[in-house]
Amino acid sequence: MSEPKKTLIRGAKVLGGEVRDVLIDGETIAEVGTGIEAGGAAVVEAAGSILLPGLVDLHTHLREPGREDSETVLTGTRAAASGGYTAVFAMANTFPVADTAGVVEQVWRLGREHGYCDVQPIGAVTVGLEGRKLAELGAMHDSAAAVTVFSDDGKCVDDAVIMRRALEYVKAFGGVVAQHAQEPRLTEGAQMNEGVVSAELGLGGWPAVAEESIIARDVLLAEHVGSRVHICHLSTAGSVAIVRWAKSRGIDVTAEVTPHHLLLTDELVRTYNPVYKVNPPLRTERDVLALREALADGTIDIVATDHAPHPHEDKDCEWAAAAMGMVGLETALSVVQHTMVDTGLLTWEGVADRMSFAPARIGRAEGHGRPVSAGEPANLTLLDPAYRGTVDPAGFASRSRNTPYEGRELPGRVTHTFLRGRATLMDGKLA
Amino acid sequence: MKRHLISAADLTRDDAVLILDTAEEMARVADRPIKKLPTLRGRTVVNLFFEDSTRTRISFEAAEKRLSADVINFAAKGSSVSKGESLKDTAQTLEAMGVDAVVIRHGASGAPYRLATSGWIDAAVVNAGDGTHQHPTQALLDAFTMRRRLVGRDAGLGQDLAGRRITIVGDILHSRVARSNVDLLHTLGADVTLVAPPTLLPVGVGHWPCEVSYDLDAALPKSDAVMLLRVQRERMNAAFFPTEREYSRRYGLDGDRMAKMPEHAIVMHPGPMVRGMEITAEVADSGRCTAIEQVANGVHTRMAVLYLLLGGNEPAVTHARTEETK
Repeated sequence: MSEPKKTLIRGAKVLGGEVRDVLIDGETIAEVGTGIEAGGAAVVEAAGSILLPGLVDLHTHLREPGREDSETVLTGTRAAASGGYTAVFAMANTFPVADTAGVVEQVWRLGREHGYCDVQPIGAVTVGLEGRKLAELGAMHDSAAAVTVFSDDGKCVDDAVIMRRALEYVKAFGGVVAQHAQEPRLTEGAQMNEGVVSAELGLGGWPAVAEESIIARDVLLAEHVGSRVHICHLSTAGSVAIVRWAKSRGIDVTAEVTPHHLLLTDELVRTYNPVYKVNPPLRTERDVLALREALADGTIDIVATDHAPHPHEDKDCEWAAAAMGMVGLETALSVVQHTMVDTGLLTWEGVADRMSFAPARIGRAEGHGRPVSAGEPANLTLLDPAYRGTVDPAGFASRSRNTPYEGRELPGRVTHTFLRGRATLMDGKLA
Repeated sequence: MKRHLISAADLTRDDAVLILDTAEEMARVADRPIKKLPTLRGRTVVNLFFEDSTRTRISFEAAEKRLSADVINFAAKGSSVSKGESLKDTAQTLEAMGVDAVVIRHGASGAPYRLATSGWIDAAVVNAGDGTHQHPTQALLDAFTMRRRLVGRDAGLGQDLAGRRITIVGDILHSRVARSNVDLLHTLGADVTLVAPPTLLPVGVGHWPCEVSYDLDAALPKSDAVMLLRVQRERMNAAFFPTEREYSRRYGLDGDRMAKMPEHAIVMHPGPMVRGMEITAEVADSGRCTAIEQVANGVHTRMAVLYLLLGGNEPAVTHARTEETK
């Protein structure tokens, strides 16, 4: 990895605003100004580019340990660096499940050793994600990985008592429970969004109310016990309304939306192509528009990728047999530019908030989501918003290729990523 | 005609009428002492059944054999959905053996569509029922039966079902037969009414090209044909309705209800019939019930479909007739 002592980023629009030079010295930002002399520093000419704080993903699946054929910490963090991320939160549904201090420390250390991106493990809420017995949440927090986010993602913590106890328990160390909101009985056999398209295709329906009823319950539980709760990959207009109501009531709830739920609809399932199979499922145009609006007005706090790599054979089959999920780290910023910035819904400053400041704050990721100013850790992302290109999964750093955007034209390209002053991505190439 | 038959919705009115007319030609072959045409000689058709269905499999097999095709039966029950690669691998294995057409029955909705469109194989694909999605040859044989009974055997040639009123009763939610019939009957100009308890109708049914009602008694006097669907007893345990008795009382067809239908109206059932639940023995055994005719018509219709997909453009039976007269 290239490791010049000093780097000068010249002429970038900081957070999409003023044009500034940014001098990196060692691990920190030394100076932000105009007409900064290069001296001995390596120079990155960045006219026309946008400089953002390094992106933070609160919802990534790295698959290691257990499914290294899909992704590893190394390939996943290389994908993250390619997409402009400097920190990712790795979900707990690995094999073995990340429900002990040992597993979370292993994942955390692998991230440090590879050096492409900080990996902050998420701990399971319950032992084996089985929803019955709390995992050792405190031990995971006290480990070297210092876990603050807990989730049984992939499964819902559907037992109201277990959910209540988890919400209460993590208050002791400032943790947060990230809920995969899916009422299990209402989604038995679910294959896609329940509605007009599922009725026609004869695929089992995943009704919006299965998500909304859990969110409604959990915000009420969070209010009752005075805890904070985070809603993973919110996907329906009804969920937006509930979160909006909860926030107006002062409940400490945060919510995330994935890039694919900001762009794609269940109409795509008509192709029966499992690349569009994801949980929660792609919803309707009306939901997509509600999600965009909610992200713009802050009802939804952050964009999280739910990067879910799967090997080819798990998608090259009939719909019902296919795995659920899409890769997302390398296309997230482009999709957000396309759906939120180019539509005028969000400024680049807003993007910095939804993809760096806010996720770092929710996950308590130290050193990430910091302002671009002197003295701060040099975690930075540079992107060229004028770039237009077609998504080609063959060029992905991720080990898996299950992207729904293959062949689709998307704007913007991350050209440089700096992790504590070191370029992990330079001129679009991994360092 | 297209290269595959995946969904009844893929057929235009003219496609559908051509299939029904061709099926009438095929039916004449059944009246001959030697019920066989040389049309698909040298072609290989595989019946790829991932789900048990003796009736449908035998019907296709009879149709294929009457057209002189070489037939391979492949039963791979149960295993496909647990092992995602098996459909692709199985299909490619069969194609490597030189198969011209695959007749596929699969428990997963969309499996035949994937087989036809994902580039795994080149053979023609005929959907013999996929999950709760489609069963297009069933809809065609039903339409064939209706046209014969309501329009007439010879008078029906070239005709569609414009203005006929068809009521479909039962488990619409889980029924590929209902979906296929709604699509095809709409294309053929019929007015369709679905009748079921609300729990057995899919969310989104309001967008289908048909009427929806919860009241069977109100629909009967306005029906030219009443099609009953099988209701699986398991549905009761999943709380789709309270008891078998209650289902029968509200949605079962008995003699009294049949009497409310117009004189000429027929009772249809795709089989197997659960006597006593959706249909009483009295109705099932009456001359108005076409369940057995539907089975016979299934062979004619499937012959027509296979012939049109694989046999080329010349009329199916005329060719054979010319040979006979030589």
